[in-house]
Amino acid sequence: MRIVDFFLIILGLLVLFTALSVVVLSLTWLERKFLGRLQRRLGPNRTGPMGLLQPVADAVKLVLKEDILPSSADRAIFWVAPLVVLVPSFMLWVTIPAAENLVLRNVDMGLFYIIAFSVITILGLVLAGWGSANKYGILGGLRSSAQLISYEIPVIMVVIAVAMMAQSLNLIHITNFQLPGIQSITPETARLEAGIQNVPFAVLQPLGMVIFLIAGLAEVGRTPFDIYFAESEIVGGPFVEYSGAHWSVFFLAEYMNTFIIAALTALLFLGGWHGPFNPTSPQWLESLVGVVWFLVKTYFVILVIFWIRGTFPRLRIDQLMAFAWQVVVPLSFANILITGVFMYYGWPWWSLTLMSLTLSSVIGYLIYKHVTAPARKVAEVYNRRRMIERQPRRQAGRQSSGPSAGPEEAVSGG
Amino acid sequence: MPVDFDFRWAAIIVSGIIGFIAIAIMFGASMFISSRRRSEIKLTSYECGIEAAPFRWSQINIRYYIFAILFLIFDVEAVFLFPWAVIFIGNKIAFYAMLIFLAVLGFAILYGWRKGVLQWSK
Repeated sequence: MRIVDFFLIILGLLVLFTALSVVVLSLTWLERKFLGRLQRRLGPNRTGPMGLLQPVADAVKLVLKEDILPSSADRAIFWVAPLVVLVPSFMLWVTIPAAENLVLRNVDMGLFYIIAFSVITILGLVLAGWGSANKYGILGGLRSSAQLISYEIPVIMVVIAVAMMAQSLNLIHITNFQLPGIQSITPETARLEAGIQNVPFAVLQPLGMVIFLIAGLAEVGRTPFDIYFAESEIVGGPFVEYSGAHWSVFFLAEYMNTFIIAALTALLFLGGWHGPFNPTSPQWLESLVGVVWFLVKTYFVILVIFWIRGTFPRLRIDQLMAFAWQVVVPLSFANILITGVFMYYGWPWWSLTLMSLTLSSVIGYLIYKHVTAPARKVAEVYNRRRMIERQPRRQAGRQSSGPSAGPEEAVSGG
Repeated sequence: MPVDFDFRWAAIIVSGIIGFIAIAIMFGASMFISSRRRSEIKLTSYECGIEAAPFRWSQINIRYYIFAILFLIFDVEAVFLFPWAVIFIGNKIAFYAMLIFLAVLGFAILYGWRKGVLQWSK
């Protein structure tokens, strides 16, 4: 009996690994196609119908390429770093449910486990940078450590706020808690008028979802936050010396982590596998529809992530760290505070939405003021200069009709 | 019940082993298939086209340590917050104690802010 169970686990893990590889292939294709469309290109369209075989061709190319180990590198660290990056992000998928009864192992401390294991990736990146004995590599590794540990804190805080709402760390409980009409899990939460409060947490905590998406993007190093392997600054950072299969493992891990962030957003904030048309009678149909809903939500979040990549330029490292510690961390603390007060005193459910929205709009306005401050200063100087120029012209009449100051002059003057 | 618990976590360890083996197989296959033509110049570390200077493990900016220490503080605090998050309802002492704890941490952030630790360049 036990041995059968053991082999079932191994079979399940192999299926999971295959499924994740297919997902990563689909993500690479989707990203190139979607970015192409955003930039008015066609994207890959030569290999297969609509370029669908492009990821396969890429994978074959990567495996066929020579795997170079530079002579100055620290051999053991250089070899093991990709494994340290990839294996934890695969281990996370053991506890992430795709539907209520479609999870390899449902752990009661699932959320805690996920947070704990996702940090190991940072170690792998630092090892990769350190082991390749390259100046760019070390710089990239250190940058990745600074960036990822800074954005780890908001992720943890938001996840704690979600656990406070659902009163559980189990991902299945948390997701089921967002289904309207379900009974509360613990007697403590039953006190809080079950059935009214059970809406997707995106409605209750819009601020939490925004923070989670931003910090999650920084965690996986997607484009506005990709300073640790920025190609135009440090030519690939920790991955400078890697090629062939080793490089492809980093690539695999990056897409796997992106998928994890999207899946967690779908599970924690968008209601996971619950959707409007969800039959309950045969179990296999319920699971199937659940998986479809889960994938639809996850891929929607992923498209948003790609959209952000196509829109925003890369941040500088000082902007990045300042944003982490002066905006996102205090906001995530405030998120915990309002959630705690809301839950403890049992206020009506819309009050949390209201508080969350108020907080996010106030902070958004402050950020807007801060970001546009230089531009507004330029405009002010420009206007003042025009006023000054207009006055002597009026006094002197027609004679002094020099060209009015352009915006460039105003900038240099101010 | 304890047996079940052990078994549940065993799956996670096995997943790590399986991931390890799968990647090792991929590396091995790549080693067999891929072309191999080593040369002295190919194995030098990457530089901007000029000959690479002999590498010394370079010094690290102190800011990285400061952020690492800050991270440690908040991470330890998160370990306290996780169990609190699922029991605090109806528990007056726990709730107010954690509020005081968060206030102390908030004060710490403000102090660091005033000291200029949170800025990258200043």
